[in-house]
Amino acid sequence: MWDYSDKVKDHFFNPRNAGALAGANAVGEVGSLSCGDALKLMLKVNPDTDIIEDAKFQTFGCGSAIASSSALTELIIGKTIEEARRLTNQDIAEFLGGLPPEKMHCSVMGQEALTAAVAAWKGEAVDDDDHEDGALICKCFAVDAGMIERAIRTNKLTNLEMVTFYTKAGGGCSSCREPLEELLSDVNRAMVAEGLLKAEEAYVFGAAPKPQPAKKKAQGFVIPDMPPMAAAPAPAAPVQMAPIQIEMPVAVAAPRPAAVPAPAPVAAAAGLSPAKEAIVVAKIIEEMRPVFRADGGDVDLVDMEGSLVLVQLTGACSGCQLASATLGGLAQRASEALGRPIRVMPVAKS
Amino acid sequence: MTPVYLDNNATTRVFPEVVEAMLPYFSEQFGNASSIHAFGSEVGGALRIARRSLQALIGAEFDHEIIFTSGGSESNNTAIRSALAVQSGRNEIVTSAVEHPAILQLCAWLEKHEGVVVHRIPVDEQGRLDLDAYRAALSDRVALVTLMWANNETGTIFPVDGLAELAHGVGALFHTDAVQAVGKVKVDVKNTDIDMLSLSSHKFHGPKGLGALYVRKGISFRPLIRGGHQERGRRAGTENAPAIIGLGKAAEMAMATLQEDGIRMAALRDRLEKGLVQQIGHCFVTGDPHDRLPNTATVAFEFIEGEAILLKLNEAGIAASSGSACTSGSLEPSHVLRAMNIPFTAAHGAIRFSLSRETTEEDIDRVLTVMPNIIAGLRAMSPFWSGEGATPDGFNPAYA
Repeated sequence: MWDYSDKVKDHFFNPRNAGALAGANAVGEVGSLSCGDALKLMLKVNPDTDIIEDAKFQTFGCGSAIASSSALTELIIGKTIEEARRLTNQDIAEFLGGLPPEKMHCSVMGQEALTAAVAAWKGEAVDDDDHEDGALICKCFAVDAGMIERAIRTNKLTNLEMVTFYTKAGGGCSSCREPLEELLSDVNRAMVAEGLLKAEEAYVFGAAPKPQPAKKKAQGFVIPDMPPMAAAPAPAAPVQMAPIQIEMPVAVAAPRPAAVPAPAPVAAAAGLSPAKEAIVVAKIIEEMRPVFRADGGDVDLVDMEGSLVLVQLTGACSGCQLASATLGGLAQRASEALGRPIRVMPVAKS
Repeated sequence: MTPVYLDNNATTRVFPEVVEAMLPYFSEQFGNASSIHAFGSEVGGALRIARRSLQALIGAEFDHEIIFTSGGSESNNTAIRSALAVQSGRNEIVTSAVEHPAILQLCAWLEKHEGVVVHRIPVDEQGRLDLDAYRAALSDRVALVTLMWANNETGTIFPVDGLAELAHGVGALFHTDAVQAVGKVKVDVKNTDIDMLSLSSHKFHGPKGLGALYVRKGISFRPLIRGGHQERGRRAGTENAPAIIGLGKAAEMAMATLQEDGIRMAALRDRLEKGLVQQIGHCFVTGDPHDRLPNTATVAFEFIEGEAILLKLNEAGIAASSGSACTSGSLEPSHVLRAMNIPFTAAHGAIRFSLSRETTEEDIDRVLTVMPNIIAGLRAMSPFWSGEGATPDGFNPAYA
């Protein structure tokens, strides 16, 4: 069954602040029919100070839903409404020592209930947020069908590698390759029918891979083949690509790349000299360095050859399970900046 | 405190007698049954005995009607693909909405990628097949009818014998997924119209990784796995001799006490169901009360969620399972309970207790002792619960 952290188990077996709250003056109710969970969050807010003096919850749901609700109340009691509204589902998951990818929606439900309660307090309308979006396709990175379909449509993706590149789906154990193939061919077929894609460009289920450029070798590594990015968006687009950026779901103890102050989008341009490209990549690493350091590690640029960026991991980053995810974030940023697919590979200390 | 294991529809304990029967075939009599030398022929003899034990358990007329496979899923896949291959000109399958995923997902695949038309016959609130819909779906375009003998979640038994007769009326082949039935209820294929039957060893105290497909003599067959003469060329691959011998022993043991075990398990199951329903309000037993497996009790508890119940049961040393979405990771409630139109707050709180021949009265009483507190504790936390039943003022969450 689920590999729940001790903290999740503790908050499930000994929930804090469960039950109805007498005198609540802000209530948020959310739920999801398909997963069968629902949460009623009740707050007692001091009207003079805006401080949440008490919070209680009632939850219909699984172990992690109850634990997430309990964690939520612990996190917000004593905070002002303004402080509380900055709380994200990641904060709830981190407080609990991480949640299994399939259970991240429980933390999202907590955050949504809070948003609803805060909106009720302020007398605002609530935005309808996506609670969950279709079947979970990639369990390694918690990517669901809706997210993948949006990425395919927005970026006119027509091959599996690009789907993985844009969404991370299939980039872990790759056991979801078959459903991913099915989804890609279905979405492409629909896009052809809607006139958004030429029939000859569409991915057809089970089709042989298109011819790819010959393999190059660098430093003993075989560079994973990446198809040319002809169908990719114009280089100016990366800022709009945010919706398909997948956040790492579990146990990310440090601020994620997304939390880094947004860099002035590096003017992505093809035709930069290799040296200039290396400078761009070095700059991105510099910008992301606080993230690595917060984790107790560091990353240094070693070399760059073609689409391959070689880096050296030190401290906690080396051998860390999250290294590949961290490097995935770096690869995505570098690809956006350079306007072509970039792979990041760790190398041993020379 | 010894743990109470009530998840025998998931898998069963391999009996020590079964392990003992298997052990010599790992390191001592390890030969390949196909070999000409003494190492091989000894194994071959043991395999023949095992095959006959299984033949007796399912009432097959001939022992060569049994093809050993890697398990229930392979048997199901083999049966469906073979039936389509041997019935050219017929490209429809009739099945039910409550089959095991090994059937339903293959059917969905065939429908989507291989142009097969699939009829999924609905069931009523007790999980019984809609016979009118079934009759209406039958035609001379149907290659295969595949319907389960007993449902894994509710234990409801389909009247497969009669259903097979109807299938033959239109010239279709009839396959039954009997994974949950074999070893628990009397199965006697020779006196039925069933053409193919799937079974799995680990559901009746045999080893995992082994199953069998019964194919009636005279029925055309196409192998799924080619490349060897094993199983008379119908399933290539060196025989998993220790497992087959273990299955033979398990079949022999099941056969010996089938009837009295069934009566005893049914009595314990009834004691469990009555106890739960009497002590705990707002819960009900699912499935067909008149015709179901003796070992399966699925009780739906309203206003709470199954995984939370299972975690608390686990803490109390009791292993059960649930039809809840959150247990499976699929984020969707059980397709069986949905097909039966069980309301969603109850479907999410459905708990399956599946007994075995080893289940005791003490086991059942342990459940009856802890369950009321677990349910009350979780209901106290539920926004749908008022203390009496559903909240009178109505909890109306904004569903995303």
